Amino acid sequence: MENNVVLSVRDLVVQFTLRGQVLTAIRGASLDLYKGESLAIVGESGSGKSVFTKSFMGMLDKNGSIKSGEILYDGMDLAKFKTEADWLKIRGHRIAMVFQDPMTALSPLVTVGRQIAETLELHQGLRGRAAKEKAIEILRDVGITNPERRYKQYPHEFSGGMRQRVVIAIAVACNPEILICDEPTTALDVTIQAQILDLLRDLQKRYGLTVIYITHDLGVVASVSDRIAVMYAGDIVEIGRSDEIFYDPRHPYTWALLSSLPQLGERGEDLFAIAGTPPNLFRPIKGDAFAPRNPYALKVDFQYRPPYFDVSPTHKARTWLLDPRAPKVERPKNLDRIREMGGFIHE
Amino acid sequence: MSKTDVLLSARDISVTFGKGHKAFQAVKHVSFDIYKGETFGVVGESGSGKTTIGRAIMRIQPLSSGEICYNGERISGSISRELDQEMTRKIQMIFQDPMASLNERAKVEYIVAEGLYNVSHGVSHEYVHEAVSRALSDVGLLPEFASRFPHEFSGGQRQRIGIARALIMQPEFIVADEPISALDVSIRAQVLNLLQKLKRERGLTYLFISHDLSVMRFICDRIAVVHLGEIVELADTDTLYRHPLHPYTRALLSAIPVPNPEVEKKKKLLVYDPSMHDYSKEKPTFVQIEPGHYVLANGPELETYRERLAKQD
Repeated sequence: MENNVVLSVRDLVVQFTLRGQVLTAIRGASLDLYKGESLAIVGESGSGKSVFTKSFMGMLDKNGSIKSGEILYDGMDLAKFKTEADWLKIRGHRIAMVFQDPMTALSPLVTVGRQIAETLELHQGLRGRAAKEKAIEILRDVGITNPERRYKQYPHEFSGGMRQRVVIAIAVACNPEILICDEPTTALDVTIQAQILDLLRDLQKRYGLTVIYITHDLGVVASVSDRIAVMYAGDIVEIGRSDEIFYDPRHPYTWALLSSLPQLGERGEDLFAIAGTPPNLFRPIKGDAFAPRNPYALKVDFQYRPPYFDVSPTHKARTWLLDPRAPKVERPKNLDRIREMGGFIHE
Repeated sequence: MSKTDVLLSARDISVTFGKGHKAFQAVKHVSFDIYKGETFGVVGESGSGKTTIGRAIMRIQPLSSGEICYNGERISGSISRELDQEMTRKIQMIFQDPMASLNERAKVEYIVAEGLYNVSHGVSHEYVHEAVSRALSDVGLLPEFASRFPHEFSGGQRQRIGIARALIMQPEFIVADEPISALDVSIRAQVLNLLQKLKRERGLTYLFISHDLSVMRFICDRIAVVHLGEIVELADTDTLYRHPLHPYTRALLSAIPVPNPEVEKKKKLLVYDPSMHDYSKEKPTFVQIEPGHYVLANGPELETYRERLAKQD
């Protein structure tokens, strides 16, 4: 694995104030992002995966702020940024984002080409014809046929998948170093989803991007991610290479996420479901946040927050089960099926 | 499941939007039977007409031709008032987006009970209260929730309210239009299990509409694949996954994400291009190619499909 870290997050704490109450959305999460890799951040809604990445771009809602911790990027600490002017140097330009819903991410009143050219003018200082030519080139890069004609069209003339390609085009237009894709395919059909993931993989190679995928669906990330970070209640509970997470997961929450994939279900049997709901982040959390929903929870899980235990140099998990003193626990049986799973088309 | 009990049958149904030269045929001469107690899946991309089929069965969308029969009785077109009321009760729907499908200004009690008010006049307050409590506990919610508003619930809980609203009518047949697409993976499993459990306990019949074949494999007994308003392939679930024949079905299957990085990274995506069919000489027909397995194809295509089947067995 490459050793050059592009972005390093240290003990990040992000809080929101809601009606006088304080919600701790990120509870001391740390992460190193390596150059050229693709990292998937996986978790349920409310786990803080979106907030975590929004804090790299200064896009937290007004009532939210970084309470402590560092976000080191290119010799700067982004956590110290206060003004919009600071952020404009980074946002869109060095770190760009692809949003979930292509129906709302584009302005319906501006032609698609204009929206891409606008980004080029703002960030790269291209003007007039140069901006237009570059925009057409990018449209072609994201797989839009007949880009000269499409340049002049409005978003409503595009299908959902094509619109998502345009959103991606806007994001990569400024040649960012880091591309954050927030649920890039959740709003799309399965066939289109596969095509968009193919496109992102291809662009990553071509533009030398470092990509962060945010998703709740572990099934989707197998094809695109080098590493996977599993997030729960504002903390990364397990992180490792993609094969380590799929074939040798260690945290009970990762087990639960994988087990509940419908691909692993047998017809007629119940699908594995995680009981309960994520914890209330308005209250301080004692011990392991997942403990109340965890059938494998030990007594210590309710008392002390587990540290990271190394499984391999690239794989670590925050669970007391990895402590040498912990009892041996068998992981769910259906996870063994993952390794044998083939595609659905056999020739 | 005995194949003789057809609960609902669609005969050559078409749905057209608009008139004259602007007319758009969303569903084109589709026929299928749904047997009592089974889960019948309709799968296709957005714009394929799968939701329109569901809406036609719900009688929200009038047919432009063909007819729909329930228990042998025609329920499409103009029907008697008694039959209309009966069908309103017996066929219920679960909607896709639990955020949009619940009235934000009504309490859960009213949302769940609304169907009762509409169908049976003069029901007593006690009876409604009782029925709402029962429906809520059937879907795993506390009866106390009846006095709350939808915004106090999470997505998974809201979808349960949507299911309770359908159950209170004691339906026989439920049209579930993408009931889990808007939900998180973990919640998705809970809702799927709930639907399975209700089916087992009450002998419900489902029409399950989705674009996601990975979920369909798990829940459906038979699946119809819809492309641009036509059923291109229909088979029981195992057969469809083992011998997919139509190129569109194969494209859909190839797009299912496999949670296995080694397989997934090498996977080849099949893309369906309708122009690959040469229908200039011979029009395709909907043919039974092996027992219970139907595919839309013309003569030469059937030849190649048969060869493929022979090779696989």
